[in-house]
Amino acid sequence: MFTDPNIGAIVLTLKLASLTTIILLLIGTPLAWWLARTRSWLKSPVGAFVALPIVLPPTVIGFYLLVALGPNGPVGQLTQAMGFGTLPFSFTGLVVGSVFYSMPFVVQPIQNAFEAMGERPLEVAATLRASPLDTFFSVTLPLAKPGYLTAIVMGFAHTVGEFGVVLMIGGNIPNQTRMISVQIYDHVEALEYAQAHWLAAGMLVFSMAVLIILYTLNPTGRRK
Amino acid sequence: MKTLSYSLLSGLLAFGISASASAEEVQVAVAANFTAPMKVIAADFEKATGHKVTPSFGATGKFYAQITNGAPYDVFLAADDETPIKLEKENGIVPGSRFTYATGKLVLWSAKPDFVDAKGEVLKKANFAHIALATPKLAPYGLAAEESMKKLGVYDSLQAKFVQGESIGQTFTFISTGNAELGFVALSQVFEGGKIKSGSAWIVPANLHNPIRQDAVILNKGKDNKAAAEFVNYLKSEPVKAIIRSYGYDL
Repeated sequence: MFTDPNIGAIVLTLKLASLTTIILLLIGTPLAWWLARTRSWLKSPVGAFVALPIVLPPTVIGFYLLVALGPNGPVGQLTQAMGFGTLPFSFTGLVVGSVFYSMPFVVQPIQNAFEAMGERPLEVAATLRASPLDTFFSVTLPLAKPGYLTAIVMGFAHTVGEFGVVLMIGGNIPNQTRMISVQIYDHVEALEYAQAHWLAAGMLVFSMAVLIILYTLNPTGRRK
Repeated sequence: MKTLSYSLLSGLLAFGISASASAEEVQVAVAANFTAPMKVIAADFEKATGHKVTPSFGATGKFYAQITNGAPYDVFLAADDETPIKLEKENGIVPGSRFTYATGKLVLWSAKPDFVDAKGEVLKKANFAHIALATPKLAPYGLAAEESMKKLGVYDSLQAKFVQGESIGQTFTFISTGNAELGFVALSQVFEGGKIKSGSAWIVPANLHNPIRQDAVILNKGKDNKAAAEFVNYLKSEPVKAIIRSYGYDL
């Protein structure tokens, strides 16, 4: 029942989700910090851009990524000029797509945590002569921990469940771009319902477990 | 003379039908590759008979799952013959209603002019990074592409360059956006009025793959629907066959 292509898809999906989450934490932290603190008029447009994947169907995102990253698209011409070739049909391309697709699920919880924290702890730290870096690791991060926990779990889980984007720009290449969600879709279309159930039920159990853990560890995470 | 008598016949038929009975509605599940001709055929049929046709376009495997779970389709135009045969064995169709309404033609197509030569030599030169095809397991056109490449002896050398769309529609998108330099799609997707619409193409000779037979059936739900039977008969009529051929199918 559990054939090799399924294992390949599972490994690949976990790899994509881990990498995406790590990249998003690195990009998302300064971005969330800026969004939480800025008074610039740019706050609304940037915040809206980050939130876009929540409202857009994944196929729309996937389609525009395919066009933009393709040989005639602006990003595609840039990557070609830099000697990387084009990104669709590659694991790197999927990482780029997933970073965009899962961004709100990482940035928003962190931003909310930063906002809830307020200025006060930072001012106190500053009067105690803590350097900004020290403040960040000794004050900000511990205070924002519930937000980070939510961000990590949601970013990871949302990337695991990704379908439209990987369908559009993946190219369904075994062990390179064929993710679990596409594998399930293929099984259903090929009328291989037993295999589809295996993977689909696995996804269901995984998602439920992830959310139970999140709500147990972090009861306020959801409300924020 | 032949066409005249046929059009007379279908005209009379249409007159007889529209004069005789109340209009009914027929829900048709249609394989995505047949979208363009189906729109023309449905409009003509509605005009001729007064019945209403409601087509849904999609993947054959998905329609099978929906039909076996009670989807309300009267007629099914599949992209293969296996799925209708399967439904027939499971007693899901009106006995004896299965027939081939079109035979698909496979084409190697590129959005770039002059990329695909008239003999398909480009497959041997392999001066490209990606070649797109529909997932062979899912799509008859993908399977035909695989068979053709095997017969040409290029399958093993090209395999690392494969990108797979979940349908030929998706495959077409990969190629038309330039992300794959070339690939295998249905001739009906790139063919109009007797010639290739854009880019360059090689029509894969039919002897390189098993025929892509597309079968139609009347489903159990359409058993007592007069419009369903009429629509299926209409599909077999000569003027409709001419329409189907003009979209690049064989019959």
